[in-house]
Amino acid sequence: MHVLLLLVQTKSKKTLARPGVKNIVLVEGVRTPFLLSGTTYANLMPHDLARAALQGLLNKTSLPKDAVDYIIYGIVIQEVKTSNVAREAALGAGFSDKIPAHTVTMACISSNQAMTSAVGLIAAGQCDAVVAGGAEFMSDVPIRHSRKMRKTMLALNRAKTLGQKLSLIGSIRMSHLSPELPAVAEFSTAETMGHSADRLAAAFGVSRLEQDEFALRSHTLAKKAQDDGLLEDVITFKVPGRDIVSKDNGIRPSSMEQMAKLKPAFVKPHGTVTAANSSFLTDGASAVLIMSEEKALAMGYKPKAYLRDFVYVSQDPKDQLLLGPTYSTPKVLERAGLSMSDIDVFEFHEAFAGQIMANLKAMDSDWFGQTYMGRKAKVGTPPMDKFNLWGGSLSLGHPFGATGCRLVTTVAHRLKKEGGQYGLVAACAAGGQGHAMVIEAYPQ
Amino acid sequence: MAGVRALGVLSRLSTRRYAANTSRTFSVAPAMLARTHVSYEVKDDVAVVRMNDPNSKVNTISIQMQNEMTEVMNELWANDAVKSAVLISSKPGCFIAGADINMIQACSSAEEVTKLSQEGQKMFELVEKSPKPIVAAINGSCLGGGLEFAIACQYRIATKSKKTVLGTPEVMLGLLPGAGGTQRLPKMVGLPNAFDMMLTGRNIRADKAKKMGLVHHLVDPLGPGLKSPEQRTMDYLEEVAIQFAKGIVDKKIPLQKDKGMMQKIQDYVMSFEFVRNQIYKTVHGKVMKQSKGLYPAPLKIIECVKTGVEQGPTAGYLAESQNFGQLAMTAESSALIGLYHGQVACKKNRFGSPAKEVKTLAILGAGLMGAGIAQVTVDKGVRTILKDTTVQGLARGEEQVYKGLNDKTKKKSITSFERDSILSNLCGQLDYKGFEKVDMVIEAVFEDIKIKHAVLKEVEAVVSPHCIFASNTSALPIKDIAAASKRPDKVIGMHYFSPVDKMQLLEIITTDQTSKDTTASAVAVGLKQGKVIIVVGDGPGFYTTRCLAPVLVEAVRVLQEGADPKKLDSLTTSFGFPVGAATLVDEVGIDVAVHVAEDLGKAFGSRFGGGNVDVLKTMVELGFKGRKSGKGWYVYEPGRKIKEVNPEIGEILENYRMKANPAVSSDSDVQYRLISRFVNEAVLCLQEGILNGPLEGDIGAVFGLGFPPCLGGPFRFLDSFGADKLVAKMQQFEAVYGNQFSPCQLLLDHAKDSSKKFHK
Repeated sequence: MHVLLLLVQTKSKKTLARPGVKNIVLVEGVRTPFLLSGTTYANLMPHDLARAALQGLLNKTSLPKDAVDYIIYGIVIQEVKTSNVAREAALGAGFSDKIPAHTVTMACISSNQAMTSAVGLIAAGQCDAVVAGGAEFMSDVPIRHSRKMRKTMLALNRAKTLGQKLSLIGSIRMSHLSPELPAVAEFSTAETMGHSADRLAAAFGVSRLEQDEFALRSHTLAKKAQDDGLLEDVITFKVPGRDIVSKDNGIRPSSMEQMAKLKPAFVKPHGTVTAANSSFLTDGASAVLIMSEEKALAMGYKPKAYLRDFVYVSQDPKDQLLLGPTYSTPKVLERAGLSMSDIDVFEFHEAFAGQIMANLKAMDSDWFGQTYMGRKAKVGTPPMDKFNLWGGSLSLGHPFGATGCRLVTTVAHRLKKEGGQYGLVAACAAGGQGHAMVIEAYPQ
Repeated sequence: MAGVRALGVLSRLSTRRYAANTSRTFSVAPAMLARTHVSYEVKDDVAVVRMNDPNSKVNTISIQMQNEMTEVMNELWANDAVKSAVLISSKPGCFIAGADINMIQACSSAEEVTKLSQEGQKMFELVEKSPKPIVAAINGSCLGGGLEFAIACQYRIATKSKKTVLGTPEVMLGLLPGAGGTQRLPKMVGLPNAFDMMLTGRNIRADKAKKMGLVHHLVDPLGPGLKSPEQRTMDYLEEVAIQFAKGIVDKKIPLQKDKGMMQKIQDYVMSFEFVRNQIYKTVHGKVMKQSKGLYPAPLKIIECVKTGVEQGPTAGYLAESQNFGQLAMTAESSALIGLYHGQVACKKNRFGSPAKEVKTLAILGAGLMGAGIAQVTVDKGVRTILKDTTVQGLARGEEQVYKGLNDKTKKKSITSFERDSILSNLCGQLDYKGFEKVDMVIEAVFEDIKIKHAVLKEVEAVVSPHCIFASNTSALPIKDIAAASKRPDKVIGMHYFSPVDKMQLLEIITTDQTSKDTTASAVAVGLKQGKVIIVVGDGPGFYTTRCLAPVLVEAVRVLQEGADPKKLDSLTTSFGFPVGAATLVDEVGIDVAVHVAEDLGKAFGSRFGGGNVDVLKTMVELGFKGRKSGKGWYVYEPGRKIKEVNPEIGEILENYRMKANPAVSSDSDVQYRLISRFVNEAVLCLQEGILNGPLEGDIGAVFGLGFPPCLGGPFRFLDSFGADKLVAKMQQFEAVYGNQFSPCQLLLDHAKDSSKKFHK
């Protein structure tokens, strides 16, 4: 009966509201400008960026500082001093110290996880209003002493006599001093993501040309969106000790000829993934305000969109590391009772141009659908005239922990701008995981 | 049976190395006929030459392949539209697995084989001098003649797949790389590496090959895309190889890499003749030490390399082809090839596929054997319960499994993630929880029939009716164990050899009551564990232990007669046993040897007499249980390489001193006393139907007990040595020692009629 009801609703395309299920809305979404790491944000700390995003959200919504019940933040590379970056940022942003906050991590879908955790808290009746967000700061990463050195240093702490201390110091060798960089590789396979993306692109026969074309498209569309003032989620941020920033600085439409000159970055010399067709290391933070519909209306807000069904998927972290969208898209559509053609706005996370193209090819392949997804036929591909029309991670930048909120906010803004009804967010993440969410326009 | 240590080269022989295609015909196809093995297409200006033997899973260099390849090459050289070529296989997991052994075995004289070698040399010389660059694109095994082909090409690209291995395993078949390998390899990878490759025959993984300079470039294997991972990886390799071929023609990709500082230094050092001579001498010494001069191939390899380097290529190639011809005619080579064929045969399940696959295996007893069995099972993805009775025993066993896998991680053959994921299949426990879901139980508890009966009953009380009960006993008859069973059709013997992860053999023992499906299931499990399997009939000591027991008592007698353990060891190793008899007993465990000698002595009576078992018993009483207790015939101290004879055994032996009869006590006599008792017992096992055939007998003896591989096993040894000659020797010993040396009837039959052979 439930299914029947859904079908009826699908045909009418009015709403995905279900009896007995709370309507949960996106009230507002903001982000700091996304900057190439090592640029204007270089001297900050991760929680500074998160704080800026939170303050931006407070400013934009005029939200009373004690009006939310909970704060959740996503981050990938953790600064050890601020391991619960959500709490540090919330305190610094002036939120009431009575609001609990926690940090989540799920690679590139960390802030998606923050948002869906918020949705879960509201749906379960635990909270009415939650701030979710994400931050990433690649200008500084924790570099550790080697394990041997750490062991010696810890033992030194416990050493009581001078003799013990001296003998420990004497045991230090040159090799102990070589530092340990944070792993840019998948722990389970020891393969870097760029390398895996190159293999994925090769597996699906994605050419260098296709990748460069897609990257160029992303930059061109982002530039246009920026110039047209469509990126209204970007807040202005006075960086302590530096200038005011109000624009993403990684958008650089180039020419195909120039892009063709670049050498492969990971698989040398015959690879296809280059610096120009990959997302770049980015600093940035985002934040969204999520509420139950009643609460939002009661507080006098005009919600931007409904957050509807979402799914998480995971698969082989070696050979299908970045295929999350292929798996999550049909799954979330099925949950929502929608088909690909019902979706008006697609926002996919662009980790690499090759990864997007590989996903599109996988979704377009009957063989892949049948062999690896247990489907009768292919998933089908999103039409490109609805796909990432305001640029994507390749051009806007990709602060790992912050991208999810950008995607969702962008869908809401695009639905409004383009007059669509349903939007779909999909993303891949390290560990072979993936996510998708259906977003419904809020009645105008 | 516990403890027979590694078997040297043979332990590394693995099936897929050589392809032996029995259905091959040797007729040369007329040139007009369509080609079946080699084809090519021209992509832009690159000719993609594909090899695909239609009659086999692997490519081999056969006469047909060679002829077609020559034809194709001639066409390419004549075709102006072709500027370069890519050589690639259409078979997943195999470039070229080697030369066709049957092609060599079909020859009846050294001259014929020499001619084969010269034809191969000629073809690869043309390839080497090709005016159009040829890129070998390697995915899967590239061995023997396949490697020789690849190194004749101008450029080599290999996939980083686990299946991609390069090597020259000819030495393991008593041969040498006979198509230019001994000449090209030293130039390519330097003398030390070339000797290492050719003398050990070991497989080299792609990443190592790149470091050594054996391949120029690596390509990562791909995952699923629009085709299966295997197919897409092959296509990708081809695409990359085409790019490189074009790059070489355009001079964008250099054929020679600039030499590093180390390489320059090494080249400089190698330019001195006395340095090279020192290397030849060292390598020769090592080979003599390890092979005792029993294997001619390694010495010939050194000779060929030396001739090539010192006297130039003409002399080198000539030496290679002539020595190749000579080696192919040696008894050692046919023995090793026989073992290879036997090994392939013993990797098949002649009992068909079992009704139910074993998905959960339980092992009782977490000792050395139990944990070893667990280790080779968990890494095949089978859920494994390891049960012991004490926490300490269980902890030791689980640690053994962990250590075994962690060592592989250290050697980088698996990642730490793979190790953890493999270990998640292991469940250590002290009770019978979850046994209702177990498909097979292998018990590795103490060798005592009462304990075996007790665990059998406990197990049968908790498992489901389809569950198989296998005993890892080394000597107790399976029917005696099955006597306590409600379901004797489900009871079988699975006799593993220690260390389980190193020893390839599994001896499966069936009783009259064991069902065929039970046997099929046990063989299937063994094959999954990577074992070479012989299936034998039931009886005291089955096959392997029964052959070993008389050798052990004879060895004790030799010691009682005044030989010291070192002398005994040198007599046995110089005969070709990888491990000396005294060392072997220490490895097996003196206490285990006592058990075996007494049990089998009871079962077979005076035929199993000889040395006094009390010698061993006294040793056990004094705590000399062999390596595991630190003392046996030798003293074992951790970290010490040279082992000393246990000084305290002199006195024991003195108490049991026997007088040696000079008529049967020369070194050679002692060797034949040991070997003839082994061989006679093996033939008796065949005569009594314990053995299914001589082939399994040879495989069991070599892979389980270390019978000299150069002799090919007891049966092949009889065929080549002559049954009559051995019987004559035995009768001479019989006159002194009695029925322990009485040749069995089947052996007498073979002695009487020299046309009778165990192997055809």
